[in-house]
Amino acid sequence: MPAAPGAGRLSDVAVDPSFAALPLEAVRSAALERAAALGCSHGEIRVERIRSQVVVVRDGRVETTVDDTEIGMGLRVVRDGSSGFAATVELHRDAAAELADRAVAMAAATAPALAVPVEPADEPVYGEVAWSSAYETDPTTVPLAEKAALLRQWSGRLLAHGAVDHVTAYVLAVVEDKHFADLSGRVTTQRRVRMHPVVEAFAVDGASGSFESMRSLAPPVGRGWEYVTGSTWDWDSELGQLGDLLAEKLAARTVEAGPYDLVIDPSNLWLTIHESVGHATELDRALGYEAAYAGTSFATFDKLGSLRYGSDVMHVTGDRTTPHGLSTVGYDDEGVAAQSFDIVKDGVLVGYQLDRRMASENGLGRSNGCAFADSPLHAPIQRMANVSLAPAPGTGPGTDELIAGVDRGVYVVGDKSWSIDMQRYNFQFTGQRFYRIDHGRLAGQLRDVAYQATTTDFWGSLEAVGGTSTYVLGGAFNCGKGQPPQVAPVSHGCPSALFRSVNVLNARSETGR
Amino acid sequence: MTDGDRLPPAPDVIERALTLARGHDCVVVVSDGSEADVRFANNTTTTNGVRRDRRVTVISFVAAPGAGRGRPGAASDMPAGPAVAVGVASRAGAVDVAELVRASEADAGGAAPADDAMPLVAPPGSTGAPFGAPPALTDLSTLDAVVRPLAAAFGRARSARHVLAGFASHRMDTIYLGSSTGLRLRHEQPTGTLQLVARSADGLRSTWAGVGSSRFDDVDVDVLHERLVRRLAWAERRLELPAGRYETILPPDATADLMVVLSQALSGRDAEDGRSPFSGPDGTTKRGEVLSSLPFTLRSDPAEPGLESIPFLVTTASGTDVSVFDNGLPVAPTAWVREGRLHALEYHRAAAARSGTVTTPPGDNLMLELPGATDPLDDLIARTERGLLLTCLWYIREVDPVTLLVTGLTRDGVYLVEGGEVVGAVNNFRFNESPIDVLARTTEAGRTERALSREWGEWKSRTAMPALRVADFNMSSVSPAT
Repeated sequence: MPAAPGAGRLSDVAVDPSFAALPLEAVRSAALERAAALGCSHGEIRVERIRSQVVVVRDGRVETTVDDTEIGMGLRVVRDGSSGFAATVELHRDAAAELADRAVAMAAATAPALAVPVEPADEPVYGEVAWSSAYETDPTTVPLAEKAALLRQWSGRLLAHGAVDHVTAYVLAVVEDKHFADLSGRVTTQRRVRMHPVVEAFAVDGASGSFESMRSLAPPVGRGWEYVTGSTWDWDSELGQLGDLLAEKLAARTVEAGPYDLVIDPSNLWLTIHESVGHATELDRALGYEAAYAGTSFATFDKLGSLRYGSDVMHVTGDRTTPHGLSTVGYDDEGVAAQSFDIVKDGVLVGYQLDRRMASENGLGRSNGCAFADSPLHAPIQRMANVSLAPAPGTGPGTDELIAGVDRGVYVVGDKSWSIDMQRYNFQFTGQRFYRIDHGRLAGQLRDVAYQATTTDFWGSLEAVGGTSTYVLGGAFNCGKGQPPQVAPVSHGCPSALFRSVNVLNARSETGR
Repeated sequence: MTDGDRLPPAPDVIERALTLARGHDCVVVVSDGSEADVRFANNTTTTNGVRRDRRVTVISFVAAPGAGRGRPGAASDMPAGPAVAVGVASRAGAVDVAELVRASEADAGGAAPADDAMPLVAPPGSTGAPFGAPPALTDLSTLDAVVRPLAAAFGRARSARHVLAGFASHRMDTIYLGSSTGLRLRHEQPTGTLQLVARSADGLRSTWAGVGSSRFDDVDVDVLHERLVRRLAWAERRLELPAGRYETILPPDATADLMVVLSQALSGRDAEDGRSPFSGPDGTTKRGEVLSSLPFTLRSDPAEPGLESIPFLVTTASGTDVSVFDNGLPVAPTAWVREGRLHALEYHRAAAARSGTVTTPPGDNLMLELPGATDPLDDLIARTERGLLLTCLWYIREVDPVTLLVTGLTRDGVYLVEGGEVVGAVNNFRFNESPIDVLARTTEAGRTERALSREWGEWKSRTAMPALRVADFNMSSVSPAT
């Protein structure tokens, strides 16, 4: 039985018994048999169970708890080139057959307005396969009370610091079980597990009514509860530093606007990669299919192979096999095996993220496996792989060495505010903390920093990337795209990196007050 | 028969859960939803779908360890501030009600006393709509008014060398709320939006129109398309302008983009904790302070004609300013800003009691009005000597929470107005502005009309806004995006 390539793959994955106990075979057979009988050239059904938990603790008191299980199935069909999708929360054989009727009715109703027939790109058939992300402890089996206790302990530790007036701590935990089958005989069953613990400390200047905050840098990851109990992340060190870092930020001087050399930490750079490279190289966007919502892209299809995206040291890959990556799968939501592929090589645009429709429409052969739906009630669309910037070959420079090469600059750490235009040219980012670089050394924190640039100028100013020792896998749970809106988890790995002469704003003075 | 008919009736699910939850107070919420949508781009339909969903939430209120007042776990009998622990569990579909009740009880059993504990809400004298009625459902036929004219619109667009993209969505939610105190409430909430983008074939000109609608019987694709064609024509003359501060006319949709941001900053607790742009010194708030020299009112009202929204509070999770204890609480009309002054902040009952203020749940709709302002957008344009006219805003994110400074982009049409007329389209800009400062620098407003925020309309579609003339709007840099 062939299986998808990729880290985290298990050859004999045990499907979660409670998920396996659902009528998976009955509903998939009913839906696909009915779709075939109705003359569909393509049909794919997903049955999903998504368990989500949230605990929010504010100033040591539990404010919010969520313990939710979404369950349902969605069927997408293509008949006479027109696509229709129908979904329900009722896992029943009759309901599954009715989905086929409703999806075909939708395809028929919209067919008169169809100009480009849908024809998914070819993909090998792998038979019936299973896959699971790598984790030790299912975080949704940990009682909410235990999660709350951990967050209260973190909060109490921070509230004991003299500079900290308030603390908000939360943890998000998701376990996603997904069963996929299509008319061509692909059947996949997969489990993905992810966690995002966050703690943020606030300091209030009571006299002026002003305030500042400092948030943890620990990224969301494709791991289980072991993420907060094990040694993957140094929580003790992170919590131990936050209060002092916040106190230093409160006393920091405000930045003088102007061009600066930036050394950007992976905790900030992941988001810049996400917005300026990840989204810009989604082929559906480049072709105009997101024009009404998420937007299009400056990296249009005619520039493939020629667009100078950045400097020669810029190498970016799309990868759905990254260990513990949030976008990592065994197979995507169109049954395509997970892959790794180049997007920017030596600074030149060489690839896009694809789904089967985009690959077929544009003569690109096989999809590189970037279809995803965030819910059984939503149709799959092209979503982001783990898009990552490669570190320098060999040992490469450390962050200190990058800083040592800067006379007048800013070292940017942690993500905060982000915004980019609808063609992915003009962006503006802030961060959690900023350090002035003076003649190769850090010289204390700065406040009110925002950096603003045009994507190709910014990546063209990339002078050096750090080595593997600086590389961190960052990411987010909540990348938004599509109508109806969908959110997708995605990771981005990157090293520290040095950019020359980037425009820095003083955010406070932007108000003009 | 639709598949939804096989789901057990929501009232039966609620009664069964309440029966199983004997010995402690309980709130059960069933949300029965259905949705149809059509998406299109490049003059062709793309992803189209129909869906039926249900989510059942059980909220158990049990006596926390050490609670000594009232009967065990009976929050409804307790005065403000009882030691009650809360457990919340929700599941989709035809749920195992017994498992769901057990899960919520287990969560409550391990929880610390809730900070927002209050007596549960008692039944009102009248429950309004019949509780036992089946859910209202929508389907593809609701979108007939969009689907039928689309093919012809695509044909016209091809002939005129532009491409259409957009999305039409209609959703119907029926909310059922039952509690151990006897509440039995039901509400039907229709939500619909249509968005249409037209781009010239060369991609250099684009424009957008969006509308919110409950039933789609008031939506005309051809009229919207005509409006876009007119604006594409405006853009045939293209001008380049540098970054800077400009007198700027925000049409109602763009006003909504910014006023929704302001409405999201109205947390009473954040303000008292010093974590808000509306924080005053030493734990005070800025209630009563002047935000604008113009006597604006920013308000929410569940009975607002054309923007009707749920008249009682439903929440399946407590948050900073909402509480599961308040489920079923009537939502009153609220003026957040009155006569230009900050008038109200959001508080759940427990927080309001602690702060000695009134309970103010968040509103589902949002209206901004200036008394006496009746002019349409075209009249504001006609009175403009030189300024920018926007279409909508996009990718709005908070930069500085102290000032509520946000950044974002102009999108799909920025026009230069000179001598009272549009003289051409200019480049897009990145702006850095605070909606609080925008209100303060507004010199003129138009009539209030139904508006759809491009940025937030997918979850806040019930808005009515005026066009605003804003002095010195901060266009921080030029965006090459077209």
